[in-house]
Parts: sequence; structure tokens; C-alpha cells
Amino acid sequence: MQPNVVSLVSIGRHPQSGRARRAEQDGRGVELGLKLAGEKLSVLHVGNPEEPVLRQYVGMGLPAMTVLKQDETADAVPALSDYLQQEKIDIVLTGVRSESGESSGMVPYLLAEKLGWPVVARVADIVSIKDGVAEVLLALPRGQRRSVTVKLPFIASVDNAAAPARQSAFGPGQRARMESVNTHGEVDQIRVNWQEAPAKPRPKRLKTVKAKTAADRFKAATAKPQGGSGKVMKNESAAEKAKAIFDLLIEENVIR
Amino acid sequence: MSDIIRRDPRREWIARNRLHPLHDSVANAVQGEVRGPSGLLRKNPHQVGSIGPNGLKRIDRLKGNAVAGVGNKRSAANQETVLPLHKVDNPDFYIVVVPDMIGGRLSGHDKDILGLAHTMTSTIEGTGAVVAVCFGESKEAHYDLAGVDRLIHLSASEYEGFAPEARLTALTHIEAQLAPKHWLFPDSIHGGSDLGSRLAARLGERPATQAWQVSSEKTVCRGAGGSLDITRQTPRILMLLEECGEAIDETRHEALAIEVDGISVSEPALQDKGLMDVDPSAIPLAEAEFILSAGNGIHNWDQFHKAATILGATEGASRVAVDDGFMPRFRQVGATGTWVTARVYLAVGISGAIQHMQGIGQCDKVVAINTDAGCDMVKRAALSVIGDSEEILAELMLLAQARKKGSQEEQSDAA
Repeated sequence: MQPNVVSLVSIGRHPQSGRARRAEQDGRGVELGLKLAGEKLSVLHVGNPEEPVLRQYVGMGLPAMTVLKQDETADAVPALSDYLQQEKIDIVLTGVRSESGESSGMVPYLLAEKLGWPVVARVADIVSIKDGVAEVLLALPRGQRRSVTVKLPFIASVDNAAAPARQSAFGPGQRARMESVNTHGEVDQIRVNWQEAPAKPRPKRLKTVKAKTAADRFKAATAKPQGGSGKVMKNESAAEKAKAIFDLLIEENVIR
Repeated sequence: MSDIIRRDPRREWIARNRLHPLHDSVANAVQGEVRGPSGLLRKNPHQVGSIGPNGLKRIDRLKGNAVAGVGNKRSAANQETVLPLHKVDNPDFYIVVVPDMIGGRLSGHDKDILGLAHTMTSTIEGTGAVVAVCFGESKEAHYDLAGVDRLIHLSASEYEGFAPEARLTALTHIEAQLAPKHWLFPDSIHGGSDLGSRLAARLGERPATQAWQVSSEKTVCRGAGGSLDITRQTPRILMLLEECGEAIDETRHEALAIEVDGISVSEPALQDKGLMDVDPSAIPLAEAEFILSAGNGIHNWDQFHKAATILGATEGASRVAVDDGFMPRFRQVGATGTWVTARVYLAVGISGAIQHMQGIGQCDKVVAINTDAGCDMVKRAALSVIGDSEEILAELMLLAQARKKGSQEEQSDAA
């Protein structure tokens, strides 16, 4: 049985040129959805159905996608949760953070809270789905992976560690159907009062020396960083030397 | 009195003549400012300083700041400075910080957030206490120096490891008990942003994420993939970027324990099945935890690759090894290659060119295997072994294999 998978997509932003693009993590979400559900994957966007970037998502091999038509200033979460409640859905895939707007990464959590589903953050892969239970690989720092099982239905945010999105085909993307659904969105009232400006580079933290006297300041400015070289083993046998290295590796917990 | 300076030539003569019987009384009587004939301020060099213990005159030109003098060096070394204790008796409000506690210790990011919490309490009216909520096993010994006024330590087994749902339940209990003014989370991939988002969704609060400039009124946070600065009112729940505040370093804090009772954790929907074995060669070099790096001193490359697989290390290389064609370019460590962040860096046959040392600047523990005891890598390393790399790698592989066999036998015994 193939699961019902929905991928939520947004309009990305190229970090250098600032042009609209297929968002990095959303693309990976669609790729994961294609792996799980094939062509039956439904792709969902909230916003303007005329947006040309959306064609890049359907160009990944989908006959159609759904757009909940809404104004740009409106909040996407109520429209999404209303729509998702109507359908019978097993898995909802999103990115971790959007590349435009507030990019707070709260959408999966708010949806999960409204629908009462569990949320799995930073998914690298969904390995298998058996008897209504999915085995999910989470992406941890330093390239580590954790295996987690969760019952359907659930919401997953897809990490950058997931398989990269396949190339998008231009022609099929242009020919795909865009099913537009009218929704009435409420204007995000809290956001109206915010001021937005292009990001300033953050100041680097300086090393401040809290010295009381000139002598201390002098010492702090001139002293070499501690070159207190560690243990040096010279005349021991090779076995002893290897044992010392091995003990250090075990102590640091890098050998399991 | 008139402003005209009157001079007493006889007193001046006595003051000049140190052999005069009245000299002492006249010299000591002159106090305060002494003006010369043209109105210039005059200092009597004979009255500066004091007589030292062995009869020599000593002049203190450091104005009493010479703490680390020769004489009291020993006592200064023994003296440990005790920082002043910051006490909060009856706090009007709480600010709760939920640190990541990577490896059971407060990270630099956590400490910055604790420092920021203190700057926030000082600008809000009333006395506030900073509460830290720690989950699982804790190895941290200095909560007091990091600025923790109150500590909630939940060490039960259900919070250990991966348990976002159990932790969320505990946080909602703390919310009900303390009603904190602010919740501060690190916006990190170590679980801080996940937990903060869960709590914000549960409480129905709108959090500020990726915040980097925070006061009690205004918050500046990054938006639109880091290309936008959003200035907004400071909300109740904040997820903070690194270096958002200054860590506490001038005060001690009480770190009093607060008990939280009656948390009932239900069966979690997410079942943890443990960490997976990851192919070390698939981990990007920049974020690998344990790197075995090869340089010009390696002659047996088959053995090196075998050692890396047996030890479970990610392979790295110096520029020479890459230029000679023994290793691919993406394995190069250093200024022109990858800047690595490994916890343990095992350098085999690398003497340590400055470009290479720059690349490993962020590594915690460096281990060197080299034939030259005077090279730069040996100076940088925490443990250096002087000798033939081939022999030592062979011994290391034997040890690793013996350990693997031992653990497998244990498992089969247990089964």
C-alpha cells in the first residue's frame, strides 16, 4: 500500500543573487515524497498560483500540484490545516526553514499542534513504512544518524542531509496542471508592526582583556598562546606507543 | 589674607640645609602644595617613598597596583580569587534558559545565553532569577560560575537521549509552576530549536527565532534565509543565535535546586531506536568527529586506508599527499583545503606547515605520529609519538581489532 504523502513547498531565494528559486529543503522534501509515493505525491503551496518558480517543483516528474490561493501578507497555517484536515493523509513533508519571509521554521510544529499529529524534525530519510509505522532516519550534527519509529500520520521536516532534489524538466513543468483553490486568509496582525531591513553583518566578538594593571595588559598582549606541548613518547616500543594513542581515542569516545 | 606669596628666607634656608638642627621640624611642617618663586608646584624628592625592610629607600610608582611583585609572588599564586556572590532571595519573576548541554556540559552558546538572561533581568523592573533547565545526565561542575541562580535538573531516564516529547511535557509543567517572563533556547541543531518550537506551538506563543540582538523591549532576528533583519518587540519565547550575549565571568551565583513534581510522561509517539553506524568516509570532512590524516611520511597507503576503516575514522590528507596523487583533492586539510572541526585529529607523517595548522585550528585533541621530534605538529599535539608510522599503525590496528572481537564476544555471551 502506498502512503498518502503531501509535500509543502515554498518559494526559495538564491543566497547570492536573491532570485526566486526552488527552495533547497523543499526540493529535497519533494524528492523524498517521490521516493515514497511516486507520481501520486501531492505537492501543496500557499500563495500565488501564477508564480513561475512553482513549475520547477512539478517539473520533477509530477502531473499536477495544488495551490491554495492567498494574499502574500496572510498567514499560511490556518489555510493549510483546514485543507489537510479534509484529506486523508499519512505523511506531510516540509523544509526545516523557509528561505523567505520570517523563516522561523514553525509551520510543521503549528500544523502538528492543530492536527494533533507527532512532528519529526530534521529527517534525513524515511527508510520504510510497515503496518502504519514508519522508520525514520534523523540527521544529527557531525553527520550522525538516529533511527526513530513513528506511527502514521505524522509531519516531518526535511533536513539538508536528505537526498538532493533531482533536476527539474522545463517542458513537463510548463505543461503540468495547477489546481488553484480559493481560501480566505487572515492578515498576519503581529507581523504588520515589524520593521524589516537588509541583514547587517554581525560584529565579530573581540577578545577583551580584563587586566587591572599595565603589567597585566602587557603580559596579555605579548604572551604567546600556550604552546605547552603535550606528552612526547620517544624511546618506548611501538606497542606501548600505539597503546597510548588507543587509550586517548577511547577516552575521547571516538572509538565505539 | 592677601594672595601675595610671602616667603620666609630663614625657613627656606633651614629646609635646604639638612645639617641644621631645626631641619627635621621645618621639613616635616611643610605639607600640602609648595609653590616655587614663579608659582610652579614643587615636590620634595626627599619626602617621596618610604624606607624598605633592608634600609633602602623605595618609591612606589605603581600607586599601589603592584600586586604581582617579586616578594608576594608565592602568596599571589596560592590565593584563589573568590568572585562576589550574586544572591536572589525572593525573585519577582523568572527567566528560564534551556541549554543544549552537549555531552552533559554547558557549551559556549549556552553560557552566552545565560549571560544574556542576566542582562535582561537587570533591565526589567523587580528582581529576577535565571533558571536553567537541564535534562539527562550532567557532567557540568560550574553552574554557579555560568550564572545559574536556580537549577531544575531532570535526570530521570525518560529524558535521556532523544526525548523531545517527554522534555516538552516537563517544560509545560515548569511553565505552570513558575510562569516565567521569558523562555530562552539556543537556536541550534543540537535540539534547542526543536524543543523551543515545540513549546511555542504548545503554548500558542509566537517565538522569535534566530535572534541575535536582544534587549527586554526589542529583538533583532534574522529572517528570509539570513538575508533580512527583523526588528520586533521581544516575545516570551526566544531562540537565540550564537554570540548573542556576553557570558558571566565576574560573579558567582547560587544555583539552588528547584523541585518540579507531578510530571507524568505519557508514552512518546517517537520511539528512539538508537544511533546508526555511519560510514565514516561518507561524512563531510569539515564536520567529521575523528580524522586520520596522512602526509608525506606515509609510504604504505594500503595500510593507511585499512587503518582508517578499522578505527572508524574519516580520512584526511596534507597538501603534499594530495599533490602526489595519493589522495583526492576533497580530502585535503588546511588553508587551501577544508577547515576541519574534528574533536580528535590523528596526524600521521605530517610535520605541520602553517597552512595545515590553520586548517586544524579548531580541533580539540591533536595526536601526532612522526619521525621528527622537533616539527611543528609535535609542538601542537596533545600526544606525540616519535617513530616509524608503519609499525605504530600496525599495532593500533591490532588493538582496535582485539577490542572489536572482545565486544563481539561479550555480546554473544550476553545473548
